[in-house]
Amino acid sequence: MGKDTIALTLKVWRQNGPSDKGKFETYALNQVPVHASFLEMMDLLNEQLVGQGKSPVAFDHDCREGICGSCSMYINGRAHGTQSGTTTCQLHMRHFHDGETITIEPWRAAPFPVIRDLVVDRSAFDAIMQAGGFVSVNTGNAPDGNAVPIAKTHADEAFNAAACIGCGACVAACKNASAMLFVSAKVSQYALLPQGQPERRERVLKMVSTMDELGFGACTNTGACEAECPKGIGVTNIARLNREYFGALLGPGD
Amino acid sequence: MNKISVMLRSSLGRKLMMSLTGLFLILFLVVHLVGNLQLLAGDGGVAFNRYSHFMSNSLLIQTVSKLNFTFILLHVLYSIWLTRTNAAARPVGYAGKAVQAQSAWNSRNMGILGTLVLVFLIVHLKGFWYQLKFESPAYTTLPLPGGGSEVVVNAYEVVRVAYSEAWYVGVYLFGLLAVGIHLHHGFRSAFQTLGLGYSSYSQTIRSVGVAFAWIVPALFALIPVMMYFGLSF
Repeated sequence: MGKDTIALTLKVWRQNGPSDKGKFETYALNQVPVHASFLEMMDLLNEQLVGQGKSPVAFDHDCREGICGSCSMYINGRAHGTQSGTTTCQLHMRHFHDGETITIEPWRAAPFPVIRDLVVDRSAFDAIMQAGGFVSVNTGNAPDGNAVPIAKTHADEAFNAAACIGCGACVAACKNASAMLFVSAKVSQYALLPQGQPERRERVLKMVSTMDELGFGACTNTGACEAECPKGIGVTNIARLNREYFGALLGPGD
Repeated sequence: MNKISVMLRSSLGRKLMMSLTGLFLILFLVVHLVGNLQLLAGDGGVAFNRYSHFMSNSLLIQTVSKLNFTFILLHVLYSIWLTRTNAAARPVGYAGKAVQAQSAWNSRNMGILGTLVLVFLIVHLKGFWYQLKFESPAYTTLPLPGGGSEVVVNAYEVVRVAYSEAWYVGVYLFGLLAVGIHLHHGFRSAFQTLGLGYSSYSQTIRSVGVAFAWIVPALFALIPVMMYFGLSF
């Protein structure tokens, strides 16, 4: 049996507000239970800081079940830490060793400005979704769920794409801070389903142009996004995004 | 706005330009290789000089050559444009550990590799293309198939002299290594950008790309090495 608690040195990015320059602060945190999640470890750090009369570290969190996409944090050079397919809230302290120094930073991207400490403003993703990440549903009776046939392979692919929780790890991990994995997942989940067809062309054109206007970088096919995505969204979606975009822009139509 | 101009300004459209120009240059490499392997024919340059004479006097080839220079220029200009956009997307970098090995080194450093390839290309063009085109070259007599003979530029001699210098051969080996590492990522990346990134065959494209990235530069490298040692097939 290993130790039940570990002692850590934490190098945490502290930034008072969007216009503050910000800097790393180093904290010692002892007696961290190995069964604690990374966010619970941050809670312990904050309790210690409040006890010392210092301001706690601001960080995003909500469900703590790995499905809401709120938590972020760049841990030791990796989005959501070193475990694959894991959000920060589902990362546990047993993956760290006693005496380890952990560097904790916010997501870094021009369209994700730091609000405070580890909290970044991810409303750029909302803007992309508002540009086209929806289907228009007119009023009337609810249609029969099985009236529209959908191929199982398409349904599965769409579901895989829809698993994206919009956490922004793809942007954080990409050397170009590109949002293409996110946008491609959102475009794919509609493009693959009959319900997404009426707005298919318009959707991809608007989402891509919004993505560009917001200042995200372009993809260089490094695959870092796929490797860091806690939901395993694949870069095949980016290829689909390209097909959808080129087809919508240059294909038949007005 | 005009659709084409929307396309050419968008991130995806600029990637498409990188992909299409890159694929053209990949095709060019194959043609260039097949032609140049004649340097190793061991016939004192007869086959190569005949080929070279044909290439420099064919309107079609000369037109494709102009296109080739245009695509190289576009590939470079679009890469600079994209790199500037990409750099602006992350004004503050990560201070912690450097980006970990979640992606291949060459995929993250195509700009550096591309710059090396460009420098190599300039050396290459200065050494051969410029010299043959703008400096007074030596001539040689080629026998014509139907009897008689014609006087053509002795391109073979220019290449032979260049490759008799060890350092020059070294420059070629280094340049071709950069080309190979660049292609190692660029080949499959071009297909992915075109949208041909289906899970059912992207592994095949990747494998073909890796094979291409090793084999083509290796065959190119044979030319300076074998000529330096005076070998031929």
